Amino acid sequence: MRRSAAPLLLFLLPAALLALPHVLPRFHTYVAAIVLLTGLLATSLNLAIGYTGLYQFGHAVFYGVGAYGTALMLTRSGMPAPVAFLVGPLAAAALSLVMGVICIRLSKLYFGMLQISLGSLVWAVVYRWYSFTGGDDGIHGIPVPDAISSPKGSYYFTLAVTALCVFAMYRIVRSPFGKVIQGIRDNPVRAAAIGVDVKSHQLTALVIAGFFGGVAGSLFVVVENSVFPDMMFWTFSLEVLIMCLLGGMYTFFGPIVGASAIVLLRVFASIHTRYWGLILGTILTLVIIFLPDGVLGVFIRRARPKEPADA
Amino acid sequence: MLKVESVVKSFGGFKAVDGVNLHVNAGEIVAVIGPNGAGKTTLFHLLTGHLSPDSGRILFKGKEIGGLSPHVICRKGITRSFQVVNIFPRLSVFENVQIAVLARERKTFRIFSAVKGMAEEEVNRILRSVGLFDRRDVASDLLSHGDKKVLEIAVALSGNPELLILDEPTAGMAPEETERCIRLIRKLSGESGLTILFCEHDIALVFEIANRIMVMVRGATVVQGSGEEVRRNSEVQSAYLGESGEC
Repeated sequence: MRRSAAPLLLFLLPAALLALPHVLPRFHTYVAAIVLLTGLLATSLNLAIGYTGLYQFGHAVFYGVGAYGTALMLTRSGMPAPVAFLVGPLAAAALSLVMGVICIRLSKLYFGMLQISLGSLVWAVVYRWYSFTGGDDGIHGIPVPDAISSPKGSYYFTLAVTALCVFAMYRIVRSPFGKVIQGIRDNPVRAAAIGVDVKSHQLTALVIAGFFGGVAGSLFVVVENSVFPDMMFWTFSLEVLIMCLLGGMYTFFGPIVGASAIVLLRVFASIHTRYWGLILGTILTLVIIFLPDGVLGVFIRRARPKEPADA
Repeated sequence: MLKVESVVKSFGGFKAVDGVNLHVNAGEIVAVIGPNGAGKTTLFHLLTGHLSPDSGRILFKGKEIGGLSPHVICRKGITRSFQVVNIFPRLSVFENVQIAVLARERKTFRIFSAVKGMAEEEVNRILRSVGLFDRRDVASDLLSHGDKKVLEIAVALSGNPELLILDEPTAGMAPEETERCIRLIRKLSGESGLTILFCEHDIALVFEIANRIMVMVRGATVVQGSGEEVRRNSEVQSAYLGESGEC
């Protein structure tokens, strides 16, 4: 797929990403870091929804827990920073496991609804527990290690971690496990009939997705130096879902494309109008009607040789 | 190899399977026939763990398997195809068979090794033996109906079963596809000595390839025996083959 463009892209993209903070002003470097970590977040969601076929409607909770986990460790414990960056994602993975065990008993939409409910519960606790989480104020001025606290430093850190995580997920999708979860997505009954323990594979996929969602949350702490409960509110879960939809759920890099589009749209359209959601809504409607496979899905299908018509 | 003793399964007040007895010996081809709604598919679901029986015993190689989960039963050596085509539509033909092989080898939790090329020889061999090798890279959703049914058999075979259960393998097939499917079933039984249990509406086909036949009517076993015995049975004649003399 995209044989002609792929090598060029493979060289140009990293070069552009590496040069970016030296070329663009500070604000744009910051936006680029947000794009990267949101792309990571959307890719992690896609692992659950696009590859495993689970209606992960509350993914922002894992993002939020990853962020709060890291933030609380940095502000309230004397532990070294690397520990804090591990605790966030691990907390997200643990929550993902607990919520997964409860939700996995239900299927399809019911799974999604229960996940939203449990996620809202977590949100409500964070929102109300002033003495610990800072309540609806969130936590600000989080001390980040000097090496990664400058705009350039935080950008490069985000770039490196995102690249590493996306590569890891790329490998996972192309592993035996990755193929089997795609089989489960397509047909869970069939998967069980070939000897696959469907639930434990789904649960593993959820934990992996939660973990990488948590990593994205930790990166947010580095870039923003603050966390707030809205990060894990269900409307943000929906926004991440829209990123996957927009970019293409059945492509690996689609969610990153979708995340870039939405973050950039939010940042730059909101400079001009408060009603940037209106623009997003219009674009999304058009995409769903005309490009049901998402933006990237369409390009990939175009580039693929046509099936011989004898089928 | 397989022994089913007075198994009962009801849905609400309706007894879909009501006292079925069946035994299948190693190496045999056994057919289950019966009118629509006789409970054939329900029986197969009970055998492969998609449903659990209310009472009765299902013994596979002497061990009770009634009520176990589908993936556990599969690992014990029973795999199946479904009446309605049941494959992984977004995966290629090759990948459909590949994940079944990987599932058998218990490699499905390998997260960091590349799946590309894994079990390639075996998958190719299976695809060649069922005649789908030249279509291996096609998305399975794009196959013809007949090819999809054959792919399902290939997927079931990848589990290296001792007992293969086929739920109406030729349903909806064109005549030449049916012919090909029969050859395949014969070949599997002949070459690899596979034990096969299937149900089918094509009576001519049943009498042609089955060693023994079990007749089900309204959830219960009417008779079980060779083609000749079944043909002679008066109860079968009235209840199933009909007075019109279709057979």
